[in-house]
Amino acid sequence: MTTRVSPSEFILRTPAIGPALALLVAVAVFGFTTDTFLNVDNLSLVVQQSLVIGTLALGQTLVILTAGIDLANAAIAVFATLLIAKLTLTGTAGPVSLVVGVLAAAAIGAVTGGLVTGLRLPPFIVTLGLLTIVTAVSRIYAQGQSFPVTDETLGWLGTTKYLFGQVEVTYGMAVMLAMFLGVWYALTKTGWGRHVYAVGNDPEAARLSGIHVRRTVLSVYAVAGLIYGVAAWQALGRVPNADPNAFQLGNLDSITAVVIGGTSLFGGRGSVLGTLVGALIVAVLRSGLTQAGIDNLYQDVATGVLVIAAVAVDRISRGRQR
Amino acid sequence: MGRRGPALLAVLAVAALAVGCTSTKSGSDESSGDGKTKIGLVTKTDSNPYFVALRDAAKAEAAKSGAEVVALAGKFDGDNDGQVAAIENLVQQGAKTILVTPNNSTGILGAIKKARDKGVLVIALDTETDPQDAVDATIATDNTEAGRLQGTYVKAALAGRPAKSILLDGTPGSTVSEQRHNGFVEAAAPEVLGAEATNGEQNKAQQVTENLLQRATTVNSIYTLNEPAARGAYVALKAKGLADKVVIGSIDGSCDGVTAVQNGEIAVTVMQFPKKMATQGVQAGVEFAKSGKKPSGFVKTETAVITDKPLAGIDSKDTAWGLENCWG
Repeated sequence: MTTRVSPSEFILRTPAIGPALALLVAVAVFGFTTDTFLNVDNLSLVVQQSLVIGTLALGQTLVILTAGIDLANAAIAVFATLLIAKLTLTGTAGPVSLVVGVLAAAAIGAVTGGLVTGLRLPPFIVTLGLLTIVTAVSRIYAQGQSFPVTDETLGWLGTTKYLFGQVEVTYGMAVMLAMFLGVWYALTKTGWGRHVYAVGNDPEAARLSGIHVRRTVLSVYAVAGLIYGVAAWQALGRVPNADPNAFQLGNLDSITAVVIGGTSLFGGRGSVLGTLVGALIVAVLRSGLTQAGIDNLYQDVATGVLVIAAVAVDRISRGRQR
Repeated sequence: MGRRGPALLAVLAVAALAVGCTSTKSGSDESSGDGKTKIGLVTKTDSNPYFVALRDAAKAEAAKSGAEVVALAGKFDGDNDGQVAAIENLVQQGAKTILVTPNNSTGILGAIKKARDKGVLVIALDTETDPQDAVDATIATDNTEAGRLQGTYVKAALAGRPAKSILLDGTPGSTVSEQRHNGFVEAAAPEVLGAEATNGEQNKAQQVTENLLQRATTVNSIYTLNEPAARGAYVALKAKGLADKVVIGSIDGSCDGVTAVQNGEIAVTVMQFPKKMATQGVQAGVEFAKSGKKPSGFVKTETAVITDKPLAGIDSKDTAWGLENCWG
């Protein structure tokens, strides 16, 4: 760095910092005001509770970075859980059904990308349509049933181990962390990542500088679909029961996490690490407010206020940039 | 200095939320002392008036016996993930008893088992788990019996004509919905002209009925899972000029539902008593905290047939009684 960077510029360049500070403050406040929040068990649970929405939000971040939005992500994941569970119950080996389910999710993601780039339709419309279709197909496929999962591979992410004999961890946590680091690396250290940001910032400028815009966007939706497939696996680890009625608000919850994590809905600005923090903040608020004896609806009010605050921050900082 | 605005704003927002919410609460805690028994209540949703009544009754009973109820809920019918998180958070918070109305009979068994392994008393309210012994005890309406009571009345009201019925069910896959449906079919032995899911919503029930009436022109009775579905069915029948020719039966016992019976929109409703479920659940929790005694088995809360057209051989109450005893 040749020039001195002022604190506010540092924050602008590192969008995950604000949310990270907010997370620390929330943890500290709940630590002081309740006896139970800082228990190791509880902190572990907070992370476990953010696994599914966190993973959905990871895919959502990629899409939003290209100035898109994915309303169908949770519906795709739910469809994958049903596919995986039903195939397994009808005699397919667990690992095989898992691969089929994850690939099916990736395929639906690719279809989304194809419609967005091929027909040049707005992502909001495409994914709204797919949300309706995939939800209906899930219900048709499930025929009003839910499917308990007993196969070891399918529930593997929910397996608990103890670090240092104390700290409860699940394989799901490790997988989520690895995925966030992987995507973070791809976004910040590879050409593909720079293309994603460039396309989100200004597709025309990206095209003029030789970036294959449509191919980039298509790849983003396909990768996001793959990630939703893993979210389905995470969901089976958390609740070993594939239910067509599950995660009806998963799409909005994942957008909440992305927005609180500081990624701009206008595209081109944000970070997956911010999203991880955003997902954790939502889980921390829910857990902490429960420990403090606050009922559900007030927790939702708190989350809503935070979303608006986060977007206001984005707005203000954008204003400064101009 | 002002240039640090954005990040500061975010931090302040979280701090204000956390402090604001917890401080108002801790204030009320201090005033009532610390030795309170904590009882968690996890309902399917917190929008349905039925669960609101259940929650309010639980809180009222807790206030009477010096216990504290923390009420959580799923966000929608089928939100297993939300219910699992709610149970986990309640266990962390030190709840000694958890009362839960499971969204799905098998969906949250893992979380229930973990809670019970830590010595928490878990009671299923309103909806049973599968298997039933996944919880310590179940306090619920016998939903099959409720369906049967509706079916018995509808059959008697048809006075010897064979029942030709439309069946309006709840959420696909819901245990309660299936049990009521089966009870009705068993008692009324109807010719089923159509059976569809309404999710217990009036709008959807109206739409489904309108569509079914296009082909089911010989219908003489409609089974409904709950009163919103019954009201939806009535609106559809009325538009077709069939309201006088079709007997609508229902289940629930909300004040709106009883009023609909009084107005003659619904012929009969089978009242349930969610407030009693909640009261009994809280009492069991208080008793458990005192003596360590856990309840067990299936405790059936009562049902009452509400109608203004009593029929011979059927034990029923009129709507005046119904309006005094309805739950909300």
